[in-house]
Amino acid sequence: MKILVPVKRVIDYSVKARVKSDQSGVELNNVKMSINPFDEIAVEEAIRMKEAGTASEIVVVSIGVEKSQETLRTALAMGADRAILIKAADTVDTDIEPLAVAKLLAKVTEEEAPGMVILGKQAIDNDMNATGQMLSALLGWSQVTYASKITVDGDTLNVTREVDAGLQNITAKLPAVITADLRLNEPRYVKLPNIMKAKKKPMDIKTPEDYGVDVSPRLTITSVVEPPARAAGIKVESVTELMDKLKNEAGVLS
Amino acid sequence: MEEIERDVMEFDVLIVGGGPSGLSAAIRLMQLANENEQEITVCLVEKGSEIGAHILSGAILEPTALNELIPDWQEKGAPLNTPVSSEEIMFLSETGSLKTPNAFLPPAMHNEGNYIISLGNFCRWLGEQAEELGVDVYPGFTAANVLYNEDGSVKGVQTGDMGVQRDGTHGPQFEPGMELHAKQTFFAEGCRGHLGKELKERFNLEADSQTQTYGIGIKELWEVKPENHQPGLVVHTAGWPLSTDTYGGSFLYHLEDNQVAVGFVVGLDYKNPYLSPFEEFQRYKTHPKIRDTFEGARRISYGARALNEGGIQCLPKLTFPGGVMVGCEAGTLNMPKIKGTHTAMKSGMLAAEAAFEAIQSNFDVVELVEYTNRFHHSWVRTELDAARNVRPSFKWGLWLGTLYTGIDQILFRGKAPWTLKHAHADHETLLTKDQATKIDYPKPDGVLTFDKLSSVFLSSTNHEEDQPIHLTLKDDSVPVAINLAKYDGPEARFCPAGVYEYVADENKKDGSQRLQINAQNCVHCKTCDIKDPTQNINWVTPQGGDGPNYPNM
Amino acid sequence: MSVLLIAEVLEGQLNKDSTAKALTAAVQLGDVDVLCASSGCGDAASELAALQGVAKVLCANDASYEYAIAEPMAALIVSLADKYEHIVFPATTSGKNIAPRVAALLDVMVISEVMEIKGADEFVRPIYAGNAIQTVTTADAKKVMTIRTASFDNAADGGSAAIEEIAAVACDTPVAWVSNEVQKSDRPELTSSSVIVSGGRGVGSEEDFKLIEALADKLGAAVGASRAAVDAGFAPNDQQVGQTGKIVAPQLYIAVGISGAIQHLAGMKDSKVIVAINKDEDAPIFQVADYGLVADLFDAVPEMTAALE
Ligand SMILES: Cc1cc2nc3c(=O)[nH]c(=O)nc-3n(C[C@H](O)[C@H](O)[C@H](O)COP(=O)(O)OP(=O)(O)OC[C@H]3O[C@@H](n4cnc5c(N)ncnc54)[C@H](O)[C@@H]3O)c2cc1C
Ligand SMILES: Cc1cc2nc3c(=O)[nH]c(=O)nc-3n(C[C@H](O)[C@H](O)[C@H](O)COP(=O)(O)OP(=O)(O)OC[C@H]3O[C@@H](n4cnc5c(N)ncnc54)[C@H](O)[C@@H]3O)c2cc1C
Ligand code: SF4
Repeated sequence: MKILVPVKRVIDYSVKARVKSDQSGVELNNVKMSINPFDEIAVEEAIRMKEAGTASEIVVVSIGVEKSQETLRTALAMGADRAILIKAADTVDTDIEPLAVAKLLAKVTEEEAPGMVILGKQAIDNDMNATGQMLSALLGWSQVTYASKITVDGDTLNVTREVDAGLQNITAKLPAVITADLRLNEPRYVKLPNIMKAKKKPMDIKTPEDYGVDVSPRLTITSVVEPPARAAGIKVESVTELMDKLKNEAGVLS
Repeated sequence: MEEIERDVMEFDVLIVGGGPSGLSAAIRLMQLANENEQEITVCLVEKGSEIGAHILSGAILEPTALNELIPDWQEKGAPLNTPVSSEEIMFLSETGSLKTPNAFLPPAMHNEGNYIISLGNFCRWLGEQAEELGVDVYPGFTAANVLYNEDGSVKGVQTGDMGVQRDGTHGPQFEPGMELHAKQTFFAEGCRGHLGKELKERFNLEADSQTQTYGIGIKELWEVKPENHQPGLVVHTAGWPLSTDTYGGSFLYHLEDNQVAVGFVVGLDYKNPYLSPFEEFQRYKTHPKIRDTFEGARRISYGARALNEGGIQCLPKLTFPGGVMVGCEAGTLNMPKIKGTHTAMKSGMLAAEAAFEAIQSNFDVVELVEYTNRFHHSWVRTELDAARNVRPSFKWGLWLGTLYTGIDQILFRGKAPWTLKHAHADHETLLTKDQATKIDYPKPDGVLTFDKLSSVFLSSTNHEEDQPIHLTLKDDSVPVAINLAKYDGPEARFCPAGVYEYVADENKKDGSQRLQINAQNCVHCKTCDIKDPTQNINWVTPQGGDGPNYPNM
Repeated sequence: MSVLLIAEVLEGQLNKDSTAKALTAAVQLGDVDVLCASSGCGDAASELAALQGVAKVLCANDASYEYAIAEPMAALIVSLADKYEHIVFPATTSGKNIAPRVAALLDVMVISEVMEIKGADEFVRPIYAGNAIQTVTTADAKKVMTIRTASFDNAADGGSAAIEEIAAVACDTPVAWVSNEVQKSDRPELTSSSVIVSGGRGVGSEEDFKLIEALADKLGAAVGASRAAVDAGFAPNDQQVGQTGKIVAPQLYIAVGISGAIQHLAGMKDSKVIVAINKDEDAPIFQVADYGLVADLFDAVPEMTAALE
């Protein structure tokens, strides 16, 4: 079985996002960019399936700027076999919406015919948490989100999902679209020789036009600002006063 | 410990460190190889998560070395966007300031023709040039240990293990580091490289040079109001808030996009254990001549880095069997100019040329003495010779030092027929706590002045928590028994990232204290390795990719 | 045109809190019909009908909706979509699972985690884990969105909407529910608890950390800690709140003996109400606390615990 893993290039999780003073977005120039952490987990899961003999080939795909090649190379160095870059943007400030991404991924899926697509549950930049669900809808494949454990049994998946109440176990038929949650696995560190080898792995470069998909956005960002600073509240004199305020003013204690 | 099987990779030249010196060396090597149609393999490892992530500098770039290395840098899009347009030097008193007329400035301090840059961005660009030429550039990998051949020559380095847990055991993600072997290894770790420290000792490289001296530079990047921004303006100060017996001063550079780089350098030969370079910097910003620039401004980034102040008289022997030192690893910074980038680049280029010649003659040269020859016949040597007496003269204090600098640099143009000595190694200069007076620093206001932790936040530093602490102690009892007892725990003050804290010892309910090391906060400035009065702290590389993630510092 | 709010009903049980908060947002957009789809969800429908601001409850009582599997839920919602301009979900894992699927089937974008409604097509939402706030307008005719529940108050009781039974829509889903695993810990999970009591270095020892736990147990709260407390061994690693620990946003966060370093704040500053107990009146934590008590925690915490008896 072939597995398709979409990966997105985002601001590294350890870098503090800084809003631009003209409110047009978040500063992305000269900022360390990395593979979206949830996507790294998705790649790791696919590799483990390959190592376990469940999967035969891993194709990674990214939609974005030319530099997303670096992100794809990271996935290749981890152990993916082949990469597709869909160049859909000229500047880092242009982000492609999940709907357009899902449409492109649906086309790639038709072409590549994988048995499953594993995505991150959300991208840590725009936090939409949408692409996997949309792709599943467009393909009519099983929708399996927030996976924290996956086992493959013939054409059936047994999956544990992370939901608000705890964990939920489900089964799903292949083909399926899966989104990876944090606890699915812990990704490996990349080996230096594998980075070298990754440079020689095949990478196709495409455009949205190649797939006949219109990527123009449905949403317009009118402003991006810093969250308002939390204002200091009041000082209370005693525990009694504190308990009283929590009950009667804030209403958070009953 | 069990033996680990390590993979080996072989290269012609291996470069440790992706700063200006290492990158220039890599580029020069590949240029020569391409010109001569000779295939060579060059590998560069960098501990930062990407090239530039650990680079912090002023910075004013003197483009001499760049003009030689990549003459068409303009077409190639080098990020040199802001030529220096005007400059000021001020002596500050608590409330006032005295501007030095430009005519009285030593020639070395003029900046016409130079550019205000972000050295981090410049290195990112150099990194791209190197990769395009075919250098294997590996950010996120540390050189953790030097490897030696049986004959004692340097064989290469071992990259750091990944996924080692706090207690030293291997975690589930454990990935052993590998051995990188090369005919020549260039050490380009910058100021106070941790492998360089070992090499200097092992090969006795400092036998004929004086003890190196250092400074700590702390820097912030601000976005100021357009009306307070003058692209190209350079302001240096000396004096307040430092006492006159402490060497140091500030820099304030107006870059592009309403950004201002402001920083403060304190000579690490300072004496008072209560001095906090961080606090001095915060206080400096409140000076009436300085604070207006930051009115309504926003702080974007923060970081710190040590720099060499020793000059040519402290330069170690540059070569040893199997390897060389380039750039600030050796100590090529020009102190009166406060510039080390162009000299670091040039030293890397010279080493590259010497190495390529050796490779070409197909002769396995063990020690690249030709590099030393080239170095001593280059303009770097001439420049550093001229600068040699400035920094040591400040052991006499600010005013005499300044007077001396005037005489040395203007009258003799640096060619005075004597060479001054540095008095002591920096870790030897601290007074004990009963000899020193406490310094009462003002509380930060959260607008112009800040505490350490909110500053460290802006360095975007991070370290995987579950790994051995990379600030190693030779003796665990020394911090409390000596550093605290004698010097009142100076590491809590000289570390600009709040790594060292003396806290109540929760196991002994008698009010005694213990040293808490918050290794996660570290910004890799190396100050503790230099200034620890007992030399008990040994900075080693943490997991690759950890440490600050500076944007355009 | 009106609004369709998808109530969160799992196994017949209404998640009233998140649904009532999403309702507060939905009424700002127009008349609200609420979809109550599950199995055995009659009671849930009645509860919904009693919420103020609900025009009508659509009740789809069918086994295929019992666990809110995305495929049948989306098919049902799409079949109703014609009549509505806005389709609104609470931003729970269930809502976020279904909403983008509905959007894709309708060929529109989804707008996730809306925290403020500025108009019929203008919304405010957090990005970069709340480190930036984005305002977007949409050109889509139908707007599908999830509502960040922490940003809205509960809609009040006191309504009396009509309940209309609707038929299920046939859907052959390849996904089947098997079982739930409810966590068996004595204390609620840190990231989902509505009350958290956190201890810092000021607590002083692992032994004294029991004071924090005792207060938490009285409040039915989860226990958190600062990095300094974790490093000193007072609390386990997985209790760390902050930049490199867990990010939490409970209704009530009580910080005890925590100075309030920015790295700690990064993990809890979105809490609804923050209480700080610290003996240093200049501690930075007081700059973000709604209620600050300058006191020795060894007096104040036992006193609070006792007051809750
Ligand atoms: C505050 C301050 C202001 C300055 N202002 C100016 C100025 O205005 N103009 C100017 O010309 N110069 C200035 N300098 C000096 C200049 O920054 C240095 O001279 C220059 O950066 C030296 O370059 P380098 O390549 O030798 O070392 P560095 O720039 O220090 O680079 C060393 C690199 O090696 C990496 N490294 C280190 N150890 C290892 C290891 N073991 N494994 C892997 N990687 C490793 C580091 O992460 C780093 O990226 C300033 C310096 C400071 C601190
Ligand atoms: C990269 C990085 C990541 C980090 N990640 C995190 C993180 O995820 N989470 C985190 O918490 N920190 C994190 N930190 C550390 C953070 O900067 C602080 O060091 C830490 O939060 C301090 O913990 P504290 O408030 O418990 O300790 P302290 O700062 O020592 O504060 C203790 C407080 O207790 C008070 N106190 C003492 N005794 C009493 C008493 N008897 N009664 C009442 N009050 C008392 C004191 O007044 C003081 O305010 C990180 C730092 C870095 C650099
Ligand atoms: S621990 Fe040492 S190297 Fe790290 S920031 Fe502090 S002084 Fe600098």
